Amino acid sequence: MSVDLDQFKGIFFEESFENLEAMEAGLLELSEGEIDLETVNTIFRGAHSIKGGGAAFGYVLVSSFTHVMEELLDQMRNGEREADSMSVNILLESVDVIRGMLEAYQEEEEPDEERPLKLKAQLEAIRDSSDEKPAPSAAGDSVTEPDTDTQNDELTGWGISFVPHVDLLLTGNDPSFLFRELAELGEIQLEPDVSGIPAFAEMVPDHCYLSWNIKINAAIEKEQISEIFEWVEDECDLDIQPVYKKKERRADDRRAEDRRSDDRRSADKSVDRRQGSRRGGGKSKVPAPAATIRVSTDRIDEIIDMVGELVITQSMLSQLGEDLQLEGLDRLREGLDQLERNSRELQEGVMSIRMQPISFAFNRFPRMVHDVSEKLGKQIRLDTKGEDTEMDKMVMEKINDPLVHLVRNSMDHGLEPPEERIEAGKSEEGVVCLSAFHQGSSIVVEISDDGRGLSREKIVAKAVERGLVKESDLLTDEQAFRLLLEPGFSTAEVVSDLSGRGVGLDVVRKNIESLGGSIDIRSVLGEGSTFTIRLPLTLAVLDGQLMRVGEHTFILPLNAIVESLQMSPEFISGVGANTELYRLRDEYIPILRFSDVFNVGERLKNLENALLVVVEWGEKHVGLLVDDLLGQQQVVIKSLETNYKRIRGVSGATILGDGTVSMILDVAGLVELSNVGRETASAKALEHSQAG
Amino acid sequence: MQTVASQESETQFLTFMLAGEEYGVDILKVQELRGWENVTPIPSTPSYVRGVINLRGIVIPIVDLRDRFGLEVVQPGPTTVVIILKLESKESKERVMGIVTDAVSEVYTLNQSELRPPPDMEGSATIDFVKDLATIDDKMVILLDIGRLVHEGILGDKEESALAE
Repeated sequence: MSVDLDQFKGIFFEESFENLEAMEAGLLELSEGEIDLETVNTIFRGAHSIKGGGAAFGYVLVSSFTHVMEELLDQMRNGEREADSMSVNILLESVDVIRGMLEAYQEEEEPDEERPLKLKAQLEAIRDSSDEKPAPSAAGDSVTEPDTDTQNDELTGWGISFVPHVDLLLTGNDPSFLFRELAELGEIQLEPDVSGIPAFAEMVPDHCYLSWNIKINAAIEKEQISEIFEWVEDECDLDIQPVYKKKERRADDRRAEDRRSDDRRSADKSVDRRQGSRRGGGKSKVPAPAATIRVSTDRIDEIIDMVGELVITQSMLSQLGEDLQLEGLDRLREGLDQLERNSRELQEGVMSIRMQPISFAFNRFPRMVHDVSEKLGKQIRLDTKGEDTEMDKMVMEKINDPLVHLVRNSMDHGLEPPEERIEAGKSEEGVVCLSAFHQGSSIVVEISDDGRGLSREKIVAKAVERGLVKESDLLTDEQAFRLLLEPGFSTAEVVSDLSGRGVGLDVVRKNIESLGGSIDIRSVLGEGSTFTIRLPLTLAVLDGQLMRVGEHTFILPLNAIVESLQMSPEFISGVGANTELYRLRDEYIPILRFSDVFNVGERLKNLENALLVVVEWGEKHVGLLVDDLLGQQQVVIKSLETNYKRIRGVSGATILGDGTVSMILDVAGLVELSNVGRETASAKALEHSQAG
Repeated sequence: MQTVASQESETQFLTFMLAGEEYGVDILKVQELRGWENVTPIPSTPSYVRGVINLRGIVIPIVDLRDRFGLEVVQPGPTTVVIILKLESKESKERVMGIVTDAVSEVYTLNQSELRPPPDMEGSATIDFVKDLATIDDKMVILLDIGRLVHEGILGDKEESALAE
């Protein structure tokens, strides 16, 4: 019987990638100069568990590589080595290499060995360069090296003294698995030592009181044995001694000697051999594990409680339904209320599983900034704010690329070189700031820099040249900057010529809009730029306000609504033929007519007493003219794109209680459309007046 | 039609009527047939996209082929049949869409040799969506290139669908 390790592989990979991230973060802290023991420990722990896991799954390349890394870290931990920038950079590179290897293994492929081996040699060089300590043996201190004078003798086997600590079993390790693995290497003799067993009354059932003396009769490498015990190294006292038979020195012993003197290489070799045997064992290939998410058990417990309540409500309702009489009506209503509450709670609970702090997305940036700043020769500091802001995991995965793009842009084109900054009277160090926060039903992510800012004139000039706008067009700053997001703008020549920006920003915009979000640009020439991404909190469910326009029922996200009111005629004023403003307290709000934007419903002549729903998007307020407000309810968002395509001003569709489909409005899109709509409407009006 | 010869070159077509003419689509692309039901219009879309319906929890668009082909548009009646098509889309996911037809006619098994290419006609947009013509009982049956019709003629993503092919 063999243990099926495959089911743990997925967990191993996920944990390893998390560990790598933690190591990366730790290394970046180190690079700032101070050696913090806790940080080194964190990095060490990450490397250690990757090493152990790698060995357990037979990814020897990973475990042998991590081993060297671990030793180097150990030297730092013991204060024998400074964290100079060279070793930190090499360690950072090592993190990349390990990630590469793990990714290959995850895809069930053999990783490229060249880069790891080269880097490993570099790591070893650093490790051995320390003059305060002789090069330690790679096998670790718990294992004693064979005496040199025994090298003339023939190796017949190994004697292993394995004394587990009492809590070995609590860490999930089972000695019998280790023995089984040992037995694969050769014939073994097990001699349990039962002297440690206490009186029955004092026994704790999950403690391990046994220890073993093991003899293995096979001329194998020591590393092959220590590798098996690698995972339990810290939970036991281990002593591995060679067993020799006297014999005359033979020529091939030289090889053995070489092997011992360079145990790293031999570890590799033994690794390859082991792998070979594993593959040979006819292990069936497993499909790559599905994407997983980590959830705290508390959250799951909450959900289970909610399901329990739901079941109770359901049984109450079905009991009522069996014998429904008029006097039961009140109880039925009560039960339905309860059902509604239950399902809403349950839904919120389930949705919360998908929510993760945005730090998962932000964490990769320190590394990127570190690398890019070196490459560009700029001093860049990264500030992050609001890392705890939670967002849907799926949304987060999808905005990763746009974020990387924007941050890169900021560093590359936004921030000036140091000389230029000093000339402009700024501090030499440029700052890129990532921040996230909630606003209403959306989450806002901002990428800002204190660089040179955008030049409005150049952008507009370029846009005119590209035929995107006419010279006579009057553009607000915001509209001008938005031109950067147009597809026509994304050519390389624009970049060199203009103050930077522009490559592929249309792709960024497309990605964000496909998530139902929007992107805005603010910039002050010479002071910096800010890119603001606004995204819906979740992609699945929202609280909606149903409203009627003509024969149509539309749904508006409830938290986009500021207020609804009946318009008083004295507050309505027109600007030109087709722009109407409503004065709400001390603010003028543009009125948006669905008849203009969507060409639905009648165009009301008299706005007196008509219903206006004031919505908010970012800092803007717009009033939507509707015929009637219907109920409020939660709606499940169905994508229109799946089977049709994206419609401006509509974020999706939903199915109402009666089975009919209704459109969910996208406030950002509506606001944009309203400008276009007004233009066409005024054009129409012009035609009318000319005709009339 | 009973001949079993050369399986590969034989294709089955579901045909339907549209203003007196018989049109056919590859039967493997047909998911199901439905009667007419009320649709929810989509704002800012061409008139031939009548709207969307709820097909067992998914939202699918309903396209009026009469309107798309520039024929006289009639109000759907009791004989109106909506053919639900399932197509490969460029994201390799399936796309489901309904087309409104006057009535469903027959299922024909046609051999490749029975199919004639449509004549080359400049300026006729509709003929672009015709893959082949066949003659059955002295009557012309128009076999539609439904993938092209949907991607270019309805979704209007000409460039993207060209890339996918």
